[in-house]
Amino acid sequence: MTETLDLSLYTKPAGNGVVAMDLAVDGIACGACIARIEGAVKSVPGVTEARLNFTNRRLHIAWADGAVKPAQILQVLEDNGYHGHPFEPLRAEQEQAVEARRLTRCLAVAGFAAMNIMLLSVSVWSGNVTDITAETRDFFHWASALIALPAAAYAGRPFFASAWRALKARSLNMDVPISLGVILALGMSVVETAKHAEHTYFDSAIMLLFFLLIGRALDHAMRRKTRAIAGNLAALKAETAHRFAGDELVSVPVGALKAADRLLIKPGERVPADGTVLGGMSEVDESLITGETARRKVTAGATIYAGSMNYSGALTLKVTAAGGTALIDEIEKLLDKAASAKSRVMRLADRASRVYAPVVHLTAALTLIGWLVAGASLHDALVTAIAVLIITCPCALALAIPAVQVVASGTLFQANVILNSGDTIERLAEADTVVFDKTGTLTLPEPRVANATGLDGELLQKAARLALSSRHPLAAALAREAVTRAPFGGAVEEPGRGVRVNIDGAEARLGAAEFCGVPCSSNRESAGVSHIYFSYLGQTLAIAISQTLRSDAVAVIEALRARGLDIQILSGDRSEAVEPVAQALGVAYWKAGLKPAEKIALIQTLRNNGRRVLMVGDGLNDAPALAAAHVSLSPISAADVTQAQADAVFLGERLKPVLDSIVIARRARALMTENLWLAAIYNAVAVPVAIAGAVTPLIAALAMSGSSMLVTLNALRARGVKS
Amino acid sequence: MNVLIYLLPIALALGLSGLFAFLWALKTGQYSDIDGAALRVLSDDDIEEAPKR
Repeated sequence: MTETLDLSLYTKPAGNGVVAMDLAVDGIACGACIARIEGAVKSVPGVTEARLNFTNRRLHIAWADGAVKPAQILQVLEDNGYHGHPFEPLRAEQEQAVEARRLTRCLAVAGFAAMNIMLLSVSVWSGNVTDITAETRDFFHWASALIALPAAAYAGRPFFASAWRALKARSLNMDVPISLGVILALGMSVVETAKHAEHTYFDSAIMLLFFLLIGRALDHAMRRKTRAIAGNLAALKAETAHRFAGDELVSVPVGALKAADRLLIKPGERVPADGTVLGGMSEVDESLITGETARRKVTAGATIYAGSMNYSGALTLKVTAAGGTALIDEIEKLLDKAASAKSRVMRLADRASRVYAPVVHLTAALTLIGWLVAGASLHDALVTAIAVLIITCPCALALAIPAVQVVASGTLFQANVILNSGDTIERLAEADTVVFDKTGTLTLPEPRVANATGLDGELLQKAARLALSSRHPLAAALAREAVTRAPFGGAVEEPGRGVRVNIDGAEARLGAAEFCGVPCSSNRESAGVSHIYFSYLGQTLAIAISQTLRSDAVAVIEALRARGLDIQILSGDRSEAVEPVAQALGVAYWKAGLKPAEKIALIQTLRNNGRRVLMVGDGLNDAPALAAAHVSLSPISAADVTQAQADAVFLGERLKPVLDSIVIARRARALMTENLWLAAIYNAVAVPVAIAGAVTPLIAALAMSGSSMLVTLNALRARGVKS
Repeated sequence: MNVLIYLLPIALALGLSGLFAFLWALKTGQYSDIDGAALRVLSDDDIEEAPKR
């Protein structure tokens, strides 16, 4: 029975009888891949368009409806050594793309206006000290107004809208002084121009918008990039399920599954959806859900959860409504609770602006009153007050934090850490306690050969190569040891028993003990360790497969401790399985057999003791704990719900990204504080000058661009941090 | 200084044409794949194969 792959969920009509699909492509290494992929896909008859976006690793294809089967294109990619995964852009990502374009347009308009007004302003400034006539100066000022007013109306919208929202909610944010400053500066400049005055502030107002927009656009670009990568990873992880359509089997993307669908789950596959077993008998590994490494036997009537690994036999499953199961419900209830209990962490920028905004308004108001009391005219006092508003507008302050965040998130990305939220860096830097889950976090997500050093290397290689022909999870673990990735030809798999093949005329067998003629010794099976057997030419191997620690776990824990972090292990697994891990890592405080609610309670206790907890976990049972912690990390192999909760996701088989993220975050945090101080010092110098009424537009322009440049350059120091 | 009457509009027009060129490039998606564009320039599949001598 050949199975068809149904990808209709992901195709969308593009008009004129053409349908289109987006794929996230895995395996792109260099620029030459662009031509190879596009060439290969375009050579499929019927394909009208294939365009690879190298930046976000996505391929857009279009074809005449009915001319090509989507699965055919995936096969073409596969044949060329790439994996294509159908992709549905998340709504959040599309909204962000729209927002990014809007910001870029505003930035372009502000940039254009700033440059042209500067051109006019510099002429006026130099003319003022030489021989400019009053008429020419007025002409230049009116020309500046002509550029500045429409440009500010367009480019200032992001700030005006945000300030308006804040005011409507009866609060102050950073955008209120910005909007007020820009509007007053422009208004005053128009009045001054009409009065043939020497100074106008068109240049300051527009330049302010330009610098602020750079900060916004940078911040946005960083978040968009990580969002796109996270989206690709989700697409790469999305699996297909075998759904019964009558008696036929159809391969469908997991996203297309509905309640009451009947699915076939083969041994070695992950369960794609929650459901009830209709038929078949097997063992499932639920370590991704509960952290428990011992397998559970399931028969008809049992409930199994998405993410479990099916071990020994094929199962028929009836899908139950999403979220309708007791376990998911409980996790979600806990998640809600954990999220609401989490005190809103105030971002550094918010804290700074909460102090800053009222001070700016107050200083400007006091300046106005002060000059009036001192006997200045209303006009002069107003001009000085507005100059104070302009000079204090938090140009450097608005760049101080986004610039560091962008540079640091780039460094984190190189260290294989992908951020989910913008303020993760700040919270990571504050962590003083790291709580690890065990299964899949300290240990590798998939089991490995545990006794490789004690075995005959050549024989082990043969066994590993034979294991490539089997789908059994134990064989899959063994296959990771194979150096030669080509399976033996003619291998036969006997379901539930093992695989056999002829190598150089002699039969080699891999599988259960009796299948390989090894006397069954039950005492070998200890907790968490399974054995797979291999026999060839009278020799036999007993290969132990178990969860193993990530290769650098000991070193990373050591380094974390050296940096003053307290390490704890909270696991859902049995204590027999947790204890050796804790001992190997030298972790004194560990707890085993914990339910999700107990994990939260322990983290709450830590919080109440004033600790800032970094939780690292991957299981579905860890999701509420991740939400409850101050900041959280999860490996890319984690359950979907869990990954969505984590503040950052790390890739790869090593634990080092956890250490790197803390080192980089601490460095970034130090730079942010430094930048805020730089901005504060700038204000301490500039504000008295402004209050004294000595700020000319030239001084304002120099001060603003100087301080902005200073903080941006300082932010670049977050690059290339090594742990 | 009468020269400014037409020099200034010319300067503005040049600046505006630059702005519109950028906005047009943004709209047609030329900034959607910055890394790819850098590499595509190196590929030469669009060149007809030169006749062999």
